[in-house]
Amino acid sequence: MATVTQPPPPAPTSAPAPQVKPARGRGRWTPYLLLLPGLLWLFVFFVLPVVYQASTSVQTGSLEQGYEVTWHFATYADALSAYWPQFVRSVLYAASATVLCLVLGYPLAYLIAFRAGRRRNLIMILVIAPFFAGFLIRTLAWKTILADGGPVVEVLNALHVLDVTSWLGWTAGDRVLATPLAVVCGLTYNFLPFMVLPLYTSLERIDPRLHEAANDLYARPATTFRRVTLPLSMPGVVSGTLLTFIPATGDYINADLLGSTDTRMIGNVIQTQFLRVLDYPTAAALSFILMAAILFAVTSYIRKSGTEDLV
Amino acid sequence: MTFVNWFRRRLVVLAGLLTLGYLLLPVAVVALFSFNKPKGRFNYEWQEFSTDAWKDPCGVSGLCGSLSLSLRIALWATLGATVLGTMIAFALVRYRFRARGAVNSLVFLPMAMPEVVMAASLLTLFLNMGVRLGFWTILIAHVMFCLSFVVVAVKARVMSMDPRLEQAAQDLYAGPLQTFLRVTLPIAAPGIAAGALLAFALSFDDFIITNFTSGSTVTFPMFVWGSAQRGTPVQINVVGTAMFVVAVLLVLVSMAVGNRRKRQKA
Amino acid sequence: MKTTHGTNAHGGDVRLTGLGKTYGAFTAVHPLDLTVPEGSFFALLGASGCGKTTTLRMIAGLEEPTSGTVHLGDQDVTALPPYKRPVNTVFQSYALFPHLDVFENVAFGLRRRGIRNVKKQVGEMLELVQLGEQARKKPHRLSGGQQQRVAVARALINHPKVLLLDEPLGALDLKLRRRMQLELKRIQTEVGITFVHVTHDQEEAMTMADTVAVMNGGRVEQLGPPTELYENPRTTFVADFLGTSNFIEADVDTRSGDDLVLRAGGGKLVLPSARNSGPTAAGGKVLLGVRPEKISLVHADDAGRIPEGRNRITGRISDSSYLGVSTQFVVDSPVCTAFEVYVQNIDRDPRLVPGTEVVLHWNPAHTFGLDAAQSLPAGAVGPAGVETAAEEAA
Repeated sequence: MATVTQPPPPAPTSAPAPQVKPARGRGRWTPYLLLLPGLLWLFVFFVLPVVYQASTSVQTGSLEQGYEVTWHFATYADALSAYWPQFVRSVLYAASATVLCLVLGYPLAYLIAFRAGRRRNLIMILVIAPFFAGFLIRTLAWKTILADGGPVVEVLNALHVLDVTSWLGWTAGDRVLATPLAVVCGLTYNFLPFMVLPLYTSLERIDPRLHEAANDLYARPATTFRRVTLPLSMPGVVSGTLLTFIPATGDYINADLLGSTDTRMIGNVIQTQFLRVLDYPTAAALSFILMAAILFAVTSYIRKSGTEDLV
Repeated sequence: MTFVNWFRRRLVVLAGLLTLGYLLLPVAVVALFSFNKPKGRFNYEWQEFSTDAWKDPCGVSGLCGSLSLSLRIALWATLGATVLGTMIAFALVRYRFRARGAVNSLVFLPMAMPEVVMAASLLTLFLNMGVRLGFWTILIAHVMFCLSFVVVAVKARVMSMDPRLEQAAQDLYAGPLQTFLRVTLPIAAPGIAAGALLAFALSFDDFIITNFTSGSTVTFPMFVWGSAQRGTPVQINVVGTAMFVVAVLLVLVSMAVGNRRKRQKA
Repeated sequence: MKTTHGTNAHGGDVRLTGLGKTYGAFTAVHPLDLTVPEGSFFALLGASGCGKTTTLRMIAGLEEPTSGTVHLGDQDVTALPPYKRPVNTVFQSYALFPHLDVFENVAFGLRRRGIRNVKKQVGEMLELVQLGEQARKKPHRLSGGQQQRVAVARALINHPKVLLLDEPLGALDLKLRRRMQLELKRIQTEVGITFVHVTHDQEEAMTMADTVAVMNGGRVEQLGPPTELYENPRTTFVADFLGTSNFIEADVDTRSGDDLVLRAGGGKLVLPSARNSGPTAAGGKVLLGVRPEKISLVHADDAGRIPEGRNRITGRISDSSYLGVSTQFVVDSPVCTAFEVYVQNIDRDPRLVPGTEVVLHWNPAHTFGLDAAQSLPAGAVGPAGVETAAEEAA
């Protein structure tokens, strides 16, 4: 498995310049035949569901009598007015987690790309391997780590960190578990590899001679980083933030396992509405709003960061 | 002064290692608590050392059944997603055709969508169709969301491949099929393997989409979720630790084999 | 454009003292003493892996020496990081910043040194390298030759005491390389900065440099002006790396005035003592060398017409190839198999075909003597990568 040195970045990385133009003419139908099964699958089980969801969101009725499309857009207004705090919270938590991932992940990606030497593969394995211990199991481990009266909480308490975070509203009293801090901490942890891998990929592509050239041209290490390394790693930063922010916004596992009823995110609401309350129109409307918001945010972000060739 | 300099020069390394520690800490806790002997139903507090759970990993009802179900789903989903995804990747890299951009975006979209949205919309489709939720709906969903990741992995590999290699093969009397089997496929193999591995890991570990499409069927992540509400058996930690260790060992072994092969070639 | 530093005569010399570099058990550069005079165009020439680039990088500060010091004029810069050294580098394949346009690439060094108003300076520099029109283009949109000039401009604008060039023309095609050689020489004359140039291309080194140091296995084999290196090489490596040489194993027989008389096979050959770096005592083994283009070739029937006082060897043509400006003969002789001879195509003698008996003769002043205890190099053309250059020279 040659996947360690070149990890399969689940990232929409920027494509290298197109190479030789593939042959035309012979086998004109081959590409369509190759595409057909996969695209059909995506169409039936990805595009069509979105359409159904849109239709469900404007239906009225009940489980017993069945639903009917009545173009009842009020569902959207009701859903928004009832659940806007969860929307705002989702964006806040996901944004905080994304920033934390960037701050924590950049040094690690830098370390792997430039300073690890022969240990590069080993560190890479250590970054990816926790995936295999299971998302839920790892998240549950945070319950132990952040347990009330546990060593982490004790130390934070002794250093009066918790006083500050309580005052900020991130924690409550001498508890970390069941607070926003715990949820953000879990989100950061779970999506950190999605930040590190694309960052590493784009850092690794930087020609080390560019660093030498900057050094040679009177740039100190810090300036070299700011003027050369950071700008050249922007594609990694962009895809890393997307890969972290998107799943973090829709996540409900962390909020459920590490949070409380005060930390419910929009994912929790959609899940409960769909699977427990069985209010399909409201759930579909919320999900649709989330989708639209994410798509809008992603496209404008990509456009603004000037890396449209990312896709 | 020298210490300050030493510290400054190694600041990045230290920060990176701290992050690595952050990534590994929960795994260490999981491993440690697989040797715990909890008092109540929850395995969150350390009590005493015990290897009971390791001796009897299937001792909790439903755990091993859910594990084998997850493995089966992951294998089938990997197979499906890898075949379909590889075909799409080849079409995208090797051919020019109309609507190439549209296909690209369609493949990209599932990765740019929160899982909960995909899960919820799939559920509305299944409900509207009156499909019974279970093994097949989970499998369908898993193939769908793993597909894009396979495409990305294979595409990256095929794109970095020198197209002249195929021309060289054809120049040396290999027909289109021969060229594909003897040159293209072997070279693309690492990318396909990477995509397959990613698909397997994603499918095996998936919770959110499974949560919506499983009905009353219980995969391993579903089992863990359920036990988080009712009481976490130590065996869960055993499974998590074992998977981690097996994954690391597999990678190390394959790397050692790869290294030896490289040395033999040299 | 002239640099203003250096008040005394040797203010800008580059002085390497005992400068060496080892990587574990491997010695890249053996401790080296070298002075590059201010304002000169100096070339480090050698095959890849000979230590020339490592030497250059130690001057730039990109590589930390294991031993020795680097002085720029009176200043010891050994401990200075690259960003504090008044030295700039034109990197191999240029290392232009891909995210910055040409203007910003060139302005990079000025801005880092806190210079605010860079517009005029950058403009002038771009004019010097004839890139005024391209200022706002990104590097990847430029041709190879243009990129090369950006790299030179980016380094030169800082008025370094020394400009280091690491295989600056390696990525260019032959015609462009020739043009850029002249261009670089023009720029160097114009700005008067010391250039230290690393290359594996002997022709490039000879065209541009005032002084060439030929490196091999981490050591400087010979140092001097190109003509001296070519006319009077002192090691077989230099003799073979710069152009082609024919070697004859000979024993010292007698001394006659300023010349040595040597015995090879049955005949006698004359070698000026001043051009001998081998043993001089009678019976000493000398490797006698002569360049292919210094030799004249006549049909054996015309041997009587060869003037007195010339070294001569008999042999038989085994191969001849027509190269346009010249014809290259390979001659088998008792003292040396595969003797190479280049004959200008002025009046071609139709009798000179393979199998013909011929006499080779040359002016003894073109002979050079080496110590035969040195092993004869394996190939007649020298290390890989030099063949093309040697052929072009022919």
